[in-house]
Amino acid sequence: MPYVTTVIIGAGPAGLAMSKCLADRSIDHVVLERGEVGNSWATERWDSLRLLTPNWQSRLPGYRYQGDDPNGYMKAKEAAHYLRNYAIHLNAPIQNGTTVTAVRPARSGVGYEVATDRGLWTCHNVIMASGACNIASRPKCADDISGVVRCITPKDYRRPDDLEDGKVLVVGASATGVQLAQEIQRSGRDVIISVGDHIRLPRHYRGRDIKEWMDRTGVLGSFYTEVDDLKRARSLPSLQLIGSHAQDFLDLNTLQDQGVRVVGRLAGFREGKAMFSGSLANFCVSADLKMNRFLDSIDDWIEEKGETQAAPAARRFAPTRVDERPALQIDLDAYGIKTVLFATGYRPDYSWLKVPVLDRKGRLIHDGGVTPAPGLYAMGLSFMRRRKSTLIDGVGDDAHDIADHLTMQLGQKAA
Amino acid sequence: MTAQANMQMNDAPVVNNGVNVDALMGAREALGSAPEAAQFTWRAMCEWENGTHSRSTMNGFFGLGAEQQREKSFSIDADHPTVFAAEDNAPTPVEIVLSGLASCLTAGVAAVAQHRGIQLHRVVARLEGDMDIQGILGMDDEVRNGFDAIRVSFEIDADATPEEIQALVAQSQKRSAVFDIITNPTNVTVTAG
Repeated sequence: MPYVTTVIIGAGPAGLAMSKCLADRSIDHVVLERGEVGNSWATERWDSLRLLTPNWQSRLPGYRYQGDDPNGYMKAKEAAHYLRNYAIHLNAPIQNGTTVTAVRPARSGVGYEVATDRGLWTCHNVIMASGACNIASRPKCADDISGVVRCITPKDYRRPDDLEDGKVLVVGASATGVQLAQEIQRSGRDVIISVGDHIRLPRHYRGRDIKEWMDRTGVLGSFYTEVDDLKRARSLPSLQLIGSHAQDFLDLNTLQDQGVRVVGRLAGFREGKAMFSGSLANFCVSADLKMNRFLDSIDDWIEEKGETQAAPAARRFAPTRVDERPALQIDLDAYGIKTVLFATGYRPDYSWLKVPVLDRKGRLIHDGGVTPAPGLYAMGLSFMRRRKSTLIDGVGDDAHDIADHLTMQLGQKAA
Repeated sequence: MTAQANMQMNDAPVVNNGVNVDALMGAREALGSAPEAAQFTWRAMCEWENGTHSRSTMNGFFGLGAEQQREKSFSIDADHPTVFAAEDNAPTPVEIVLSGLASCLTAGVAAVAQHRGIQLHRVVARLEGDMDIQGILGMDDEVRNGFDAIRVSFEIDADATPEEIQALVAQSQKRSAVFDIITNPTNVTVTAG
């Protein structure tokens, strides 16, 4: 069986950045990719999806966007194309069409065996760069839905016209939920959106993209050891944004203006009815408070840097409108709901990982991407080492750190 | 460490709302590795007195993997007012529910304020719950028995900005047991023997 020092699983941004950083350190490695480079982006996302970060903010180690629209947002397939060009640029040792079926400790006691559908590898290190979004999560109560309603997740969804005519209940109001609610409503299917914890932000503020502010003010670069509540920081919902300059907000007010009905967090299904929590008002107040706090921090930063004159004036936005009496339950059948779309997040798939590094809830135990199993690393997880760890723009710094750690460990072994 | 030493080290006034946040954060840490100890069962025992008057007694509960007994029992009476042709010995059960929500949110405000270093001076919550009693009287099937709406209004005097105070109130709702109990459905089984 072939031996390589390091196996990288997955040729997405994280895997490619890692490959570049290992190559720079002369560490031999292979990148195993189940499909082709950028597979999830190319094959597992809906048609209209664009990145939430502007094109210039796709900086990878030794590579950057050089097209003519630095402030635009790549479509998912363009992002996959961008990554393919990066892979070609790197001349990365990628083995496409290779699905990893198991990673287990090597029988010799040192290193790992990586089983694939195209043979077995042995290696000293494994870097799991297969992504944080392999499985679409659904709340437990989804199992209680009865009747003829069709349940889907964003992984099944491609375009509104694939849905049956009739109303659609979208569960979740993060980036995916609000984007899909808008396009489904525009397709003529009335949408009800069920809303829990969410993060409301404008696309632009004081003349710049909000993601540019997050970059400039250092929010995206904040380190995992510096945050108060890392567990919470790692589980924060995605921002209510869309990759488009055409609209400043894709928040609950925008959706309500378009005719979308807003209800509270999904509490369960019983006797053909969807039940919603009475907590909607609080989630909306919280989101408004957090948005204003974040805008305050941008204003403070501008003031501190003496850029007040150069930037358009500070402003605040109208609070989220909440019905006085949002519906607490809806009879799916009687109300004409044909589809329930669970936009309730993703989680990584570790079904192939035969190394005891998962906690009781199936989450990877790691310290900034370094697992307790020597030589086994992660990449691309939510706030893994930095707030930007899951962004194309963020994997580079993490890859440098992990490559340094890995190199040092190899050095210790050799000595 | 004395309060004064603490003050010098942090260069900020010491906040004391009487909440031991360190202990709470410690519990969170400890329970993270022993989640079974986080399983609690709360109990109340209620005995009928006369008419609509009853007395509930609370003492033992299960938690941290064992039965817990307190040094003394607590009791709460409940009754109905004279307009319900009752003797008005005590608040109604629905007022006790409002009081439970108020106490839960208020405790949350104090704990969150302590955690965030905000000194409280005065916290008052006023609650209203709207109810159409055609429901409990069985006059109209379409009217629910319980509250139609509950409003909580906080009056808080603290060393903090209005936004920080609003954030306290918001966070206390996110972490409140009674807020969750009231805003979400719960399966209830009742047996008799």
